[in-house]
Amino acid sequence: MLISIASGKGGTGKTTVAVSLAAAIPNSTYIDCDVEEPNGHLFLKPAIKEEKSVFKLLPSIDNGRCDQCGKCTEVCEFNALINLKSEIMLIKELCHSCGSCVYFCPSNAITETKIEIGRLRFGYSENDISFIDGILNIGEISAVPLINSIKENINSENVNIIDSPPGTSCSMVETVKDSDYCILVTESTPFGLNDLKLAIDVISKLAIPFGVIINKYDKTFIEMDSYLDSRGIDILGKIPFDKKLAELYSRGNIPLVNSEELRTVYRKIIEQISGNIERKLVNER
Amino acid sequence: MKDRKYRQILVLSGKGGTGKTTVSSALSKILSDKITIDCDVDAANLFLLLESETKSTSEFFGGKKSRINIDLCSRCGICESLCRFNAIDNFVIDSLSCEGCGLCYRACPNNAIEFETAKSGDLFKCKLEDMSDFYFGRLLPGEGNSGKMVSELKQMAAENIDDEIKWIIIDGPPGIGCPVTSSLSGTDFVILVTEPTESGIHDLKRIIQLINSFSIKCGILINKYNLNSAVTKEICRYAEGNNIPILGELPYDQKYVEAIKNNETIVEYDKNAKYEINKIWSKVESYMNI
Repeated sequence: MLISIASGKGGTGKTTVAVSLAAAIPNSTYIDCDVEEPNGHLFLKPAIKEEKSVFKLLPSIDNGRCDQCGKCTEVCEFNALINLKSEIMLIKELCHSCGSCVYFCPSNAITETKIEIGRLRFGYSENDISFIDGILNIGEISAVPLINSIKENINSENVNIIDSPPGTSCSMVETVKDSDYCILVTESTPFGLNDLKLAIDVISKLAIPFGVIINKYDKTFIEMDSYLDSRGIDILGKIPFDKKLAELYSRGNIPLVNSEELRTVYRKIIEQISGNIERKLVNER
Repeated sequence: MKDRKYRQILVLSGKGGTGKTTVSSALSKILSDKITIDCDVDAANLFLLLESETKSTSEFFGGKKSRINIDLCSRCGICESLCRFNAIDNFVIDSLSCEGCGLCYRACPNNAIEFETAKSGDLFKCKLEDMSDFYFGRLLPGEGNSGKMVSELKQMAAENIDDEIKWIIIDGPPGIGCPVTSSLSGTDFVILVTEPTESGIHDLKRIIQLINSFSIKCGILINKYNLNSAVTKEICRYAEGNNIPILGELPYDQKYVEAIKNNETIVEYDKNAKYEINKIWSKVESYMNI
C-alpha cells in the first residue's frame, strides 16, 4: 500500500505528518522522495544498513568511429550535442539520458557512461520503522531518475508512507503517481490555500483519492474551510499551531511522540484513510 | 557584471516554507527602481501579497510531447521498449511522464507517433501599485520544464528592462534542482532565508554548496530566530566558519502570519519589520557596492 504525503507549498508539515504516521502505524516503511532536501532522517534517526549509488547514463562518443555526420545532434531534442565539425561536443547539463543519440548513430560510435546522481539509503529506526531515502548530489538538476529508483525499491505489500517533494511539477508527480491514497498537507494561510488548489488539480488529474490535513490550523482563516466544504473534500484532521510543537520539530523530535492529544488526532486520521482505501479497493474489484 | 546597470538579487532557502516569499515581497515593497519576478513557478505566491494588475499574458511551451495515432499503430511495441521514462503503456503515452525526447516518434516503423509542441503554462506580465514591472509564471498541473519557464520569465524581464532599473528581485523556488539552477544564472547576490530547525540548517548547508559551485556571493537571513536559540547560534557559527555574512534576523511573530492572512507584506503591517528589512537591505546593498 502506498500512501503519499504532498502539499504544493513547502514547509506546511509534510515531513512532520509523514514521520508521525510512520511512528503511529506498526511495521510501516517511511520513504523520503524529497531527494533535493531530504529531512525525514533528521526525525527518524535511522541506523543505515545499506547505501546504493544511483546513476544516470551520459553518451560518450568514440572519435575513432564518429564521422561527424551530425545525426545525433539532429535527434537530440535538448540541444545537448553540438556538431563542431571536428568532433561532437556534449553539454552534460542539457542531457536527459533518453538514449536517442545512441539509438540513431549510424556508426555505432556512441556508448553510455554511468554517472552517479545520488544515493539511496536503507535502514531502520526505533519502533521497527523501515526507512528508505534518496539524496541527490549537489549540482544534479533532475530529481526524477533518483525518485524512480527509490520507487523500484518499495515493497508494495507493506504500508509505505511516502514523503513527497514540494511543488506540483515532475518530481512531485513521479512521487505520488501510483499512490493508493494521497494526503495533502496545507496550512491556514492564503499561500497554503493557493498551493493546495494547485496540488488538488494534479492529484485529481492523476485520479488518486485524497484528503486534506490542515496544519497550523486557524479557524479565523475561513477561506480554507469554505473552499474545502464547497468542493466536498475530506478533511482528515486539523492540527492547531502550537509553539511547543514547533520547538519540538526544530530539535528534530517527532511532536506526536510527546503529545497524547496529537496521538488522538493521528489515530482518527489513520481510521479515515483506512476506510477510504478499503472503499477504493472494493471499487476496483 | 558586464556593463549592465542592474543587479540581480535572488531569495532562496533550500527548505520550503522558511519565508522566501515573505522576504521577497517586503524587499519589493521598500525598493523603487526595481522589477520583481516570482520564479517559484510550481507554486507562485508572491502575487498574493503584491497588489498588481495583469498587463499581458502569454502561453508557455515547455517542449514537445508524443502521442500515438492508434489508427496507424501496428502494436509492434518498439516504442515501449525504447522509452526510458516508462511513459508508454499498452500503446498509450502518458503525457505527464513523457519527457519529450522524441525517440519513440523517430523510431516508430509506421510513423504512427505524433510529436508536437504542447502548452505547459502561462507567463504573466503585471504592474505593481508603484507602476514597476512584476513577472510570474504558472505551470499547468503536473508539468515539467520548470527550469525553462524560469529562464523565459527572466528573459522576458530582461527584454523589458529600462535604464532606471537598479534591482531585479527574484523570489526563488525551494530545493536545489533545475528551477533553482535556472534562477541562479545571472544572479549577483543570494539572500538565503533559513529557520533555526534541524531541517532548516540541513537544507541551508546543501544550498550553500550549490551556490558556491556557481561562485555567487550570498548572505543569510535567519527567520523565526526565536524558535530555537541553540540552532540559531549553530547557524551563526556555521556562517562565520564559512565566511558568509548574517544579514539579519526576523522573529517568529504572530503579526507576520496575520499580515499574510490579510494579503499584506510585513513592512506594511509592522514598523519593526520595516526597520529590520531596511537594515537587511542596506547590508545587501553594501555587498553590491554600486
